[in-house]
Amino acid sequence: MKDQLAKIRAEALSAFESAKDADRLDELRVKYLGKKGELTGVLKMMGKLSPEERPVMGQLANDVRAALERALEDSSKRLEAAALALRLKAEAVDVTIPGEAVAVGRQHPMNIALDELKDIFIGMGFTVMDGPEVELAELNFDRLNAGEGHPSRDWSDTFYFDTDSRVMLRSQTSPMQVRAMDTMPLPIRIVAPGRVYRKDEVDATHSPMFHQVEGMVIDKDVTMADLKGTLNAVAEKLFGQGTVTRFRPHHFPFTEPSCEMDIQCHKCGGAGCPTCKGEGWIELLGAGMVHPRVLEMSGIDPEVYSGWAFGMGLERTALRRFKIDDLRLIFENDVRFLEQF
Amino acid sequence: MKLSRKWLSEFVSARANDKDFAEAMTLSGSKVETTDDLGAEIRNVVVGRIAKMERHPDSDHMWVCRLDVGRDEPVQIVTGAWNIHEGDMVPVALHKSILPGGKKIEKGKLRGVLSNGMLCSLSELGLDERDFPYAVITAAALLNDYKPIDPEKRSIPEDIQPGHKIFGPVTAARVETVEAAEGGAWTCKLSYAEPDGPSGAIVKTSCQNVHEGDIVAFNTMSGAICTLADLHAEQREFPHCIPDGIFVLHEEGVKPGDDIRPVINADDHVVEFEITPNRPDCLSVIGLAREVSATFGTPLTLHEPVVKGGGPGNLTELLDVETPDPDLCPRYTARMVRNVKIGPSPKWMRERLRSMGVRPINNIVDITNYVMLEYGQPMHAFDYRYVKGGKIVVRRAQEGEELTTLDGNVRKLTANMLVIADETRAVGLAGIMGGENSEIVADTTDVVFESANFDGTCIRKAALALGMRTEASAKFEKGLDPLNTLPAVNRACELVELLGAGEVMDGVIDVLNHVPQPRTITMDPARVNALLGTDIDAADMYQYLERVEILTENHDFPNGPAQVSIPSWRGDVEGIADLAEEVARFHGYNNIPCTLQRGETTQGGYSPVQQAERRLGAVCRACGYSEIITYSFISPACYDKIGWAGDEPLRNSLKILNPLGEDTSIMRTTTLPSMLEILARNYSYRNKSARLYEIGRIYLPGGPDGLANEPRMLTLGAYGERYDFFTMKGAVEALLRELRMEDVTFTACQSDPSYHPGRCAGVYAGEKLLGVMGQIHPAVTANYGVDCELYCAELSFEALLEAQGPGAEYTPLPRFPAVSRDIAVVCREEITVGALEVCIRRAGGKLLRSVELFDVYRGKGVAEGSKSVAFSLTLRSDERSITAAEADEEIKDVLSALEKELGAVLR
Repeated sequence: MKDQLAKIRAEALSAFESAKDADRLDELRVKYLGKKGELTGVLKMMGKLSPEERPVMGQLANDVRAALERALEDSSKRLEAAALALRLKAEAVDVTIPGEAVAVGRQHPMNIALDELKDIFIGMGFTVMDGPEVELAELNFDRLNAGEGHPSRDWSDTFYFDTDSRVMLRSQTSPMQVRAMDTMPLPIRIVAPGRVYRKDEVDATHSPMFHQVEGMVIDKDVTMADLKGTLNAVAEKLFGQGTVTRFRPHHFPFTEPSCEMDIQCHKCGGAGCPTCKGEGWIELLGAGMVHPRVLEMSGIDPEVYSGWAFGMGLERTALRRFKIDDLRLIFENDVRFLEQF
Repeated sequence: MKLSRKWLSEFVSARANDKDFAEAMTLSGSKVETTDDLGAEIRNVVVGRIAKMERHPDSDHMWVCRLDVGRDEPVQIVTGAWNIHEGDMVPVALHKSILPGGKKIEKGKLRGVLSNGMLCSLSELGLDERDFPYAVITAAALLNDYKPIDPEKRSIPEDIQPGHKIFGPVTAARVETVEAAEGGAWTCKLSYAEPDGPSGAIVKTSCQNVHEGDIVAFNTMSGAICTLADLHAEQREFPHCIPDGIFVLHEEGVKPGDDIRPVINADDHVVEFEITPNRPDCLSVIGLAREVSATFGTPLTLHEPVVKGGGPGNLTELLDVETPDPDLCPRYTARMVRNVKIGPSPKWMRERLRSMGVRPINNIVDITNYVMLEYGQPMHAFDYRYVKGGKIVVRRAQEGEELTTLDGNVRKLTANMLVIADETRAVGLAGIMGGENSEIVADTTDVVFESANFDGTCIRKAALALGMRTEASAKFEKGLDPLNTLPAVNRACELVELLGAGEVMDGVIDVLNHVPQPRTITMDPARVNALLGTDIDAADMYQYLERVEILTENHDFPNGPAQVSIPSWRGDVEGIADLAEEVARFHGYNNIPCTLQRGETTQGGYSPVQQAERRLGAVCRACGYSEIITYSFISPACYDKIGWAGDEPLRNSLKILNPLGEDTSIMRTTTLPSMLEILARNYSYRNKSARLYEIGRIYLPGGPDGLANEPRMLTLGAYGERYDFFTMKGAVEALLRELRMEDVTFTACQSDPSYHPGRCAGVYAGEKLLGVMGQIHPAVTANYGVDCELYCAELSFEALLEAQGPGAEYTPLPRFPAVSRDIAVVCREEITVGALEVCIRRAGGKLLRSVELFDVYRGKGVAEGSKSVAFSLTLRSDERSITAAEADEEIKDVLSALEKELGAVLR
């Protein structure tokens, strides 16, 4: 009987080992461990043994059963792993086939540039302000110290809705300075982006409608040094750390002193190239200290308060940001253009 | 404003190359646009004298010249030009020379003959006839150059000989000799054998291309050598008799070997400035010289004009000036010159005018322009004989008065315009342009120089109304210094004497209606530092101001506030902020420190409207729609194009009175035309599909203060394969979901003329109309030249915001399983899915959690005029698992309601 058990053990182990698939393994399980299996057959003969032999044989038979069950388990795992490997191989895909298209729309490049700017200013405590595009000449000009006789008031430059030249399409976002001073408590920190209109024929660099961003700070002890510091910080955020800027004198009716801010040409580093038209600098924006008369007209005492303001053209910033060479593309809205951003 | 650096150097020195000069001036406030080294592109070009010229042995049109270029050996050059003669001084581009445009000249052989360079024409030197009017070339028709257009039909026989008659009095003649005569003309000895007449003649001609041995067409009657025009010939018949050729120099003092650049003024450097409107004083050489002096810290040397005078007569007897409108003419200054000799001005004057972009005309006119450039004071010269009654009246024009201005146009004037008149009529438009009736002409003998100061606004409005903005009016309109008129008129008279152009009379007529007072304002260094955020010494500030002639009474540099006087030409300096700018300019804007905001902090951010704009834009993009930006103004024809009725109230739009054109003349009251235009454009570009959105304003009349109401619209537009009504509706629903809107309904809308009456819906939140969406009416689509379906949605941004639902709040997730039941009912065609759904929800009771449409079927098995609609219903309780029986009960209620209310029966 001992020999029989040893034989079953050896045969079964070898058979399990060489089983090629789960079905075959199951057949072997039935053959050796099933109710009518070979091991059960041997155990049935236990009754014929002497009481002394019985526990010894019993122990031996249990050992064999345990060994077979372990081996069966191992083989089963081996076969499963093999089957899984086979399946994974069969299921492999060509990963270079394009993904299923998800149409995601794009933001207009001009508004991408605008959002960047707005976020920068909001981070510095500025409020974003909206205002009317159909505007009073009084706010667009008079209150900004551009009185009767200022050339930009001419009908050749500005669009009007009445013969008295009273109502117009704003030619700049600067009337928002006046609207802010008239409606907001001090101190004021605003940016006001929006559409503006000038009587320019459409070409690669002009459009009768374009966008500006106005900004203004009014508080006690505001200085030109603050203007420079803030706008430099903006330039660094827009164009990267270490962006070199310069300020040079200029003239606007509603600021004094006035300046224009240039950034050093990123292409040539200031040496002069076609991008900067040989100047080494690219004009970014106009700015200045709010003119005392403008403050006075809004009922703010220039002896107590001072302020600075800036205005910048958005299209030019967007064009530069995305290397777009023709302004007309901005308003043409060709999807092949829009999808690039 | 262009500035000749040569001219500038007369007043101030600035030792800097163009780049450094431009940078320094730009940083001190005079923005330099461009710099131009006039001679930068010319190298190794010299003056040569033609010592000898012979016809090329192997060419019928070229000449071999030997030129004296100031070297030991003459230089041989072959040329195809015919206008030169022995003895002429010409520009010679030597071997290895460079001409404007980077053109390189090297020696070479022309038809086997060595040519060591090139003779230059005006254009090859970058010049034209305006630069050197005397260099205009007139060509005779040389019969030896004749090439018939059709060889079969020759106008001139091939074997033409002297004496052959051409037509009428015109006969062929051989040129025997050519000699230079006065005034750039030539004396030719001609020979021709005419049967009954003289066999030769000596004639003068201005044609430069006539040489010994040429056969010319000679008009025996007029005694002139014929040009192409005289023969009515075409250029191609005489291919080498062209009005072009070598630039023959008639400049005094030039000699062979001289560098050509100073001869043609190409050694000057011209700097172009952008002058801001507050600084009209800088529209002059002297004004810019002041800025250069202040910038570089070098002394300014101004010249006081000295007039000898002594011309015959008494000025006050000859001329009287009246200014009945003193407010429009603060000052009128005039002087007179007698016995004027009109002629060209000298080379130096012409060069300076040219370099600053002014075309030389004659000595008197050139003097007025010269003084305007130098002093910034516009001048005018009248012919005295046309000033009737010896009286100049500066008055308002009569309404409808006419004046022919110097440009030959008849101008109809109004009483708002100022004229210079004599006793009877206007002779000039004050500050804008002179009249033709008093123009300086060749035989002018007595001249009045006017140097006046006019009211800027009056001049600006007149120039604008007449559409004639001139150099003079552009200066006047900015407001000029009244103190400048006298030095300017004296300078003009000084130049007259310098040029020997006439005899200046003693005395000046000077009507001073407004006597400018010296202005002083308070300078406070502490306030300047406070405004700039700087720590500049007071003394330094006063020194900066001194550079621009803003001075304290004692010309010192005190340590505190002081009164300073403002120069008469600095009308722009009015207060402390202006003084701060002057200080900052010379301290250097870039030396002002950079500081960050201080003071009370403010909370920045977006308004709720701006936030919603950003959120909805993001949803549009997530749905695949790209953002567009369109013009706010449209054409009135757009309203017809989108099918609006003639009496549609929204046609009432704000109208621009001075639009660029009809297409951009009214402010849109709808965004639909803008969207359709962009869709149509994309369609015409053959873009297969487009999904676009715009958040933009419309402009409705009737806002506060006569302004507009400017509500925002969210507009969607799309076309393309597999795009239909429900694609658009899906996007609209996504937007409404973003706003957590409740009680949303889509109602069929047949009344919007822009939309397909069967595929258009009004979008509502409760009772509130949010907008409209659907397929664009095929007729409208056709108006836009598109032949596929277009879809749009127009949603009122404000209505969307108002109907916004409450903020998100968590609902517990279901803890008990749901039961789902599909039902399909058959109903009449006109029953909408919406109506079925509403009925189901109402009948469904508390357990019904969702109703989802999954099929609409028409056809086999369903009667004509009916449809089968299938829904999937989900039932669930939050307290327990529901049983199948409960669910069936619920469905039974739903089905009976459907049948009772809508006649929809289970299929």
